[in-house]
Amino acid sequence: MPSLVNPFSKDSNTNSTTLDAYDEKKTIRRSSVGKAGSRLTSFFSTSPKNRSSDASLHSTASQQTPFSASNQINSATLSLPTISLSTATGEKSKTEGPLTLFQPPSPVEVRRVQRQHAQFGPLGSKNHLYSSRFEGGEFPDPIEDEPPYFFLLTTYVSYLILIIFGHVRDFFGKRFREERYRHLKAQNGYAPLNSDFDNFYVRRLKGRINDCFSRPITGVPGRFITLLDRRRGESDFKFQFTGTTTETLNMSSYNYLGFAQSEGPCAEAVEACIRKNGFSTSSTRSESGNTDLHLETEELIAKFVRKPAAMVFSMGFVTNASSFPALVGRGCLIISDELNHSSIRFGARLSGAMIEMFKHNDMNDLERLLRRVISQGQPRTHRPWKKILVAVEGLYSMEGTMCNLPGLVRLRNKYKFNLFVDEAHSIGALGPQGRGVCDYFGIDTSEVDILMGTLTKSFGANGGYIAAEKHIVDKLKATNAATMFGEAPTPPVLTQICSALRIIIGDVAPGHGEERLQRLAFNSRYLRLGLKRLGFIIYGHDDSPIIPLLLYNPGKMPAFSHEMLRRKISVVVVGYPATPLASSRARFCVSAAHTKDDLDRMLAACDQIGEVLQLKFSSGIAGGAEPIPEGLTNAEEASIAQQLENGASVTIKPPRWRLEEVLKRTVDDVKDPLR
Amino acid sequence: MNATTSSPNVTIPAVVLDLQTQLLAYLTLAANYFYRLPGSSIVLRYIKSSYQDDPVRSAVELFLFLFAVRYLLAPKYSTRETGSRGKGEVKLSEEEIDELVEDWTPEPLVPPQTAFEENEMEKRPIIVGPTGPKVKLSNGRTVTNLASFNFYNLLSSEHLKDSAIQTLRTYGVGPCGPPGFYGTQDVHNRVEADIAAHLGVAACILYAQAFSTISSVIPAFSKRGDVIVADSAVGYSIRKGLQISRSTVRWFQHGDMADLERVLKKVVQEGKGRQLTRRFIVAEGISEMVGDIPDLAALVELKTKYKFRLILDETHSYGVLGAHGRGLTEYAHVDATSVDMITGSLAGALCAGGGFCAGSDEVVEHQRISAAAYTYSAALPAMLATTASETIRLLTMGGPEAIRQLRESIKVMRAQLDPRSDWVRCTSAIEGPILILVLKDEVVRQRNLDRDDQEWLFQDIVDECLTNGVMITRLKAMPVMIGSNPREDGWQPTPALKVCVTTGLSKKEIEKAGVVIRHAITKIMKRGESQMKRISDSSR
Ligand SMILES: Cc1ncc(COP(=O)(O)O)c(C=O)c1O
Repeated sequence: MPSLVNPFSKDSNTNSTTLDAYDEKKTIRRSSVGKAGSRLTSFFSTSPKNRSSDASLHSTASQQTPFSASNQINSATLSLPTISLSTATGEKSKTEGPLTLFQPPSPVEVRRVQRQHAQFGPLGSKNHLYSSRFEGGEFPDPIEDEPPYFFLLTTYVSYLILIIFGHVRDFFGKRFREERYRHLKAQNGYAPLNSDFDNFYVRRLKGRINDCFSRPITGVPGRFITLLDRRRGESDFKFQFTGTTTETLNMSSYNYLGFAQSEGPCAEAVEACIRKNGFSTSSTRSESGNTDLHLETEELIAKFVRKPAAMVFSMGFVTNASSFPALVGRGCLIISDELNHSSIRFGARLSGAMIEMFKHNDMNDLERLLRRVISQGQPRTHRPWKKILVAVEGLYSMEGTMCNLPGLVRLRNKYKFNLFVDEAHSIGALGPQGRGVCDYFGIDTSEVDILMGTLTKSFGANGGYIAAEKHIVDKLKATNAATMFGEAPTPPVLTQICSALRIIIGDVAPGHGEERLQRLAFNSRYLRLGLKRLGFIIYGHDDSPIIPLLLYNPGKMPAFSHEMLRRKISVVVVGYPATPLASSRARFCVSAAHTKDDLDRMLAACDQIGEVLQLKFSSGIAGGAEPIPEGLTNAEEASIAQQLENGASVTIKPPRWRLEEVLKRTVDDVKDPLR
Repeated sequence: MNATTSSPNVTIPAVVLDLQTQLLAYLTLAANYFYRLPGSSIVLRYIKSSYQDDPVRSAVELFLFLFAVRYLLAPKYSTRETGSRGKGEVKLSEEEIDELVEDWTPEPLVPPQTAFEENEMEKRPIIVGPTGPKVKLSNGRTVTNLASFNFYNLLSSEHLKDSAIQTLRTYGVGPCGPPGFYGTQDVHNRVEADIAAHLGVAACILYAQAFSTISSVIPAFSKRGDVIVADSAVGYSIRKGLQISRSTVRWFQHGDMADLERVLKKVVQEGKGRQLTRRFIVAEGISEMVGDIPDLAALVELKTKYKFRLILDETHSYGVLGAHGRGLTEYAHVDATSVDMITGSLAGALCAGGGFCAGSDEVVEHQRISAAAYTYSAALPAMLATTASETIRLLTMGGPEAIRQLRESIKVMRAQLDPRSDWVRCTSAIEGPILILVLKDEVVRQRNLDRDDQEWLFQDIVDECLTNGVMITRLKAMPVMIGSNPREDGWQPTPALKVCVTTGLSKKEIEKAGVVIRHAITKIMKRGESQMKRISDSSR
């Protein structure tokens, strides 16, 4: 057969152990490629290609290795407390640039371990583990603290000033520097590509802090993340790369379980898969992109989320965008949480169903809405709705709140609607076994009709999935547009998903997955409690790995981001329109790859910046209370609190712990209900 | 405050006087209340002193204050759809509502599968191991693969595998975040630059999936009130983009430039005297559903003449048309910069993953914050980005030769099917590696075949080919909106077979596969009419 007939293709087990895989890869390389194939391959592998591919290898390699060089310069020039802190806590990481600067070249082994730890930090102590689950009772809404009115006022005033300045600059700019504003005006018969009004926010508000967004990186977004340094040009406001890189602590990637790694069992399996199955299928699922690996992944996902069947997609966004139209349409109603992700709105709009929204996580509002829409039926005709689909997210990526699943399930049983839970952020990140919100709340997955999730986050891969009853998945496989016209997920990505899942389940490297889950749970609670104790306003539920720290003032967004970057920490800052106008925030994403030392470094940085930027304005109602006096247990204190509450006024002292106190006491307190 | 300054004027009629005294009384009252407010004296003192020191400052402050008030009072956009509430609502008691809730029985979330869907699912082949010109199926058989977009057989390239592994070992798999939040890796920037350079345009933006690229590009630019003139045969994802944009959509006959001009003229006519809105033409490089190529030179001429912007979807033509695979612009010798937005796929001919939109800096930068599938979705895995970079490089360098080979293969395959088969004809352009085969008109007429019949026939042909060792596919009909009126389902492609040619097969093999396909078509078509009717009846 003059074509690529793989002598090993009868071996359908793609996830064979790494040793096999290595052997295989060698043999395959030797195996003959057919006439036509070889003609082209040889044609394509002329020497210039090799040269330049070598060059590209070199360039990637040179990006990898000399991190330390640039780091050293940076960290040497900045004498920041962070560095002394990390040395004080005895952290062994690459951030200690100055230490390695004058040492002789380290042995390969040291470099390897360093690199490994830059992606996934070693566990400091068995004490830094925790398993989180819902403790029962009424699921509380998280308390949203408010800053003193002064800060709210200045926030609005800041926006006002920004807006006025923007308008003034526009006014003069349009008259005196016409060439810069030309794209906003109709010119020679074309309407402007984006309207002046829509563009105002981007030009005048976001434009000022552009350097806090879209920071390009290189390498693995693991425990540390390597930023490519860039500078804004004086004249044209465009970014120029300086050619240096900065390695920073990564508090920004959705790498909850730390599977963003270029080595370890996942990467081994992926490499073996590329050797064996190639890097793409170049087709759609419904044509020739339907491989055993896809089915295996689907089976594994179904087993993991505890649903009878599942299907995978090559993008999380499109999972939502194409699944809503395949589930509901005219005569149906979608009830959506007001803070739902853009992909859900996209899909909902495409479906042609009516859309109603309810207040974020507010079960009373939802019930009120349900009673109204069911009793009124469809608008005008008053015919009953064909279906009602309530769509929520498991974990909200800007708020750090979880959906009130017990409440939703109660309403579902009463009002007979279908429930769609988007577990983009919660899968892998919540629950004692990492199986998402159902696992966290101890609720049977049959209570949720559709479990959707993305594979981009906890599993360090890409794509999305839908898990449901078998007949639903079968129907979706036949009617979902993305399976017909969208590209199929690629084999390496599927292998990453499978191996990550196997590690979490414990089929591969037993104990490893569990440790990751417990580290994430501990880290989430630790950082959250620590920040609350320092006096910051933090949103979200206690067990959520997404920790928003409220900044309020728009001017504090770039300041916070820059200060963090000076301390070599990457954070995400978000403001209007992703959040309400007044509540700009910084968002930290905790990972299992972080060590406690990393989080301590984070707390110290926040402590310093919080003082400088005046960010500590929590009133104490949301937790972080002062230490319990000697001799009082948590339970006693609770009863005192109860009595006080019954007897009217309780004075809550705003928590403003000293950093040392926080570091000393928080590890133990994390395991009790947070207060 | 200034209660003492006004002096009564004798010539003023009594009514006005009356009014004036009343007004004064109110004013004094208001002033009194104001003085009683805590802190009022501070405000007054502040105003007085600031006015003395610096009247300009007071003016600015007053302006600021008024602006603030105006801003805060500005109407907010309601997120609720207006139709659902208000007048038509019936007042009901709680008991009645309970009863109605009790009575309401929703339909099942999904209807049962149709017989056709069931059949297709059951027959859908499962590939075991790598995808290539020959694939092994789960039933143990090895078949010739004419269903993947693996036109240049890049999938089998060991060099690309090496490069993918190299990337894996440097970047891991997923970037764990959207491009705006630390998800942009240098490899993404590199592939963007590579595509822009390849096409010869200023800039390019990389999406994580080709399928959702165009559905996000269109609504990023075209909003409610804008006008889009689109080819009537565009594919599904373009249609979804049009729908999301909420713009006014006008259709022109597929590939018909005269009809396009007619529609453009009409739009311009209608727009006279109104505010100028954005206007777009949307067309495909190689039509996904028909397979032919539009006259780009004419398109560009028309769009310039009538001042429309052109969005060209090159999902199936990038990497295929032109001497270096630069797509329709290279093929038609049109400067790529004269097309405003070019979208394309890296997941098809280029054997990587993701999609892109190329154009001017302004076009690209705008998408980085306003194209939903870019802003709100994780970035492309690094290894797919580097694979795309590599394949683009291969195409640029080895393009003419590889593309010539592909043309040869296409010719060989077509020779077996188009003129030779009594039953089907190929609607694809001769350069297109995806042969779309529809039933000849006279066959449809003679046998009185409706869409369902044709779909069944083609599914049977696909199955028959597979039995004989050749994997091909069928053109899929576009899913229609659930609950929509059958009359408004809109355009659907003519049912067709899809045969994807690849240079990974020798001329002989292609010929052989072509013969298998032709014979399978003949066999199924010749099958007794009664049998066919029976099958198609069971689908209803
Ligand atoms: C709730 C939710 N759904 C869907 C998505 C989209 O997933 P992906 O990034 O894989 O496209 C996201 C990602 O940001 C999300 O937060």
